[in-house]
Amino acid sequence: MKPRVTVCDYGLGNLHSVLKALNHVGCEVDVAQDGRDLAFSERIVVPGVGAFADGMAGLERRGMVEALRKLAKAGRPIAGICLGAQLLLSESEEFGKHRGLDIIRGRVVLIPSEGVKVPHVGWDRLHVPAGAAWAGTPLQATEPGTWAYFVHSFMLVPENKAHVLAACRYGAHEITAVVASGRITGFQYHPEKSGQAGLEMLKQFAQTEV
Amino acid sequence: MPLRVIPRLDIKAPNLVKGIRLEGLRVLGKPSDFAQSYFEQGADELIYQDIVASLYGRNNIVELVRETAERIFVPLTVGGGVRTIMDIQNLLRAGADKVCINTAATTRPAFIKEAAKIFGTQCIVVAVEAIRKPDGRWEAFTNNGREHTGLDARDWSMRAVDLGCGELLITSVDREGTKKGYDLDLIAAIAPNVPIPVLVHGGAGSLQDLVEAAKLGIDGLVVSSLLHYRVHTVAELKAHLVQAGVEVRQ
Repeated sequence: MKPRVTVCDYGLGNLHSVLKALNHVGCEVDVAQDGRDLAFSERIVVPGVGAFADGMAGLERRGMVEALRKLAKAGRPIAGICLGAQLLLSESEEFGKHRGLDIIRGRVVLIPSEGVKVPHVGWDRLHVPAGAAWAGTPLQATEPGTWAYFVHSFMLVPENKAHVLAACRYGAHEITAVVASGRITGFQYHPEKSGQAGLEMLKQFAQTEV
Repeated sequence: MPLRVIPRLDIKAPNLVKGIRLEGLRVLGKPSDFAQSYFEQGADELIYQDIVASLYGRNNIVELVRETAERIFVPLTVGGGVRTIMDIQNLLRAGADKVCINTAATTRPAFIKEAAKIFGTQCIVVAVEAIRKPDGRWEAFTNNGREHTGLDARDWSMRAVDLGCGELLITSVDREGTKKGYDLDLIAAIAPNVPIPVLVHGGAGSLQDLVEAAKLGIDGLVVSSLLHYRVHTVAELKAHLVQAGVEVRQ
């Protein structure tokens, strides 16, 4: 049977690429328009491109904030992508302070621009931070050193450093590439734009046992 | 960051075409088939350029973009006839990640600023079609090197950066389709002076041409003839670059 994945549509960004990528790796994909659509979903993807406050407002308007928090508590696998990953954290400082879903404790802060260009756009290598392990995560089939495609100005800073599953070096900075806690995963980069390697990560996520 | 290898597909809907100096077009096949094969060979990104859109004042590439975005999972840049915020929105919704602007930017530079504000600088690529003048400088052209703008290509590039574009795509119209190598003088005149990624296009005819341009510190090599005529695969281009000591994604 095909693994089922539900993608949240909360009015921001383009779902097309994420849907096609999930189809490509053999998923049965549903699109959720509001919190009720999410209630019976098995695995959830929160995509998104845009500003943090707009993203939270979109989720709120569609009744998805509480729904996602409940699903997270219930242990459902959830993957956020780019803005969707940032929304999983507690708060963001993008255009003022804004509360996030607070599913993983942490903050979203501007990439310090000393010595690097912001936004951070392009391909970078993923590495395993000290103490992290990719086994049993969506990165379990990924080799350290694999390239991923990033487009962002703000970065994930989880409160607990153990929640950094993958990182990349950007100038002198260490940027969180993947944040993870239990069955919740946030990809700062775009797996749906990261070639075959990115597709493999989505495939592994889709195969997470429910 | 690694040097990107970017196949460029010139589109005259519904076909992939290839010309010389952006003219004299030959039909090569279905764009999305070529796109998919370049994706599978390891292309870092693709460029779709609708080469008749500006001429006829319309943008009919949206359907092709949608079809292509279903099959390729790397960033896609689309250019040709992008004149309004709505044009950009339609292309992004169809699956494009960035848009490439030339004519609309030279006629109304503020468009770059407006578009970057709404969609983010990373989304806006400005294309500079350069033709060398007798005095050794280059003029920026539009409509596939047909229309003069009177703008100096180097000055215009720097202005486009100030207005907020995220990347520059520098085409040497003189070299395009000729396989005589990139215009290294043109690249050297622009690339070191801009703080954003520079993609170079026009003239790549051999593996050595790629290495020579790479040495100038640019961010992306745009390639078409070498791939469309199956002289090399993307993987072969990358393997050669790696041998020459250039970092690429493999």
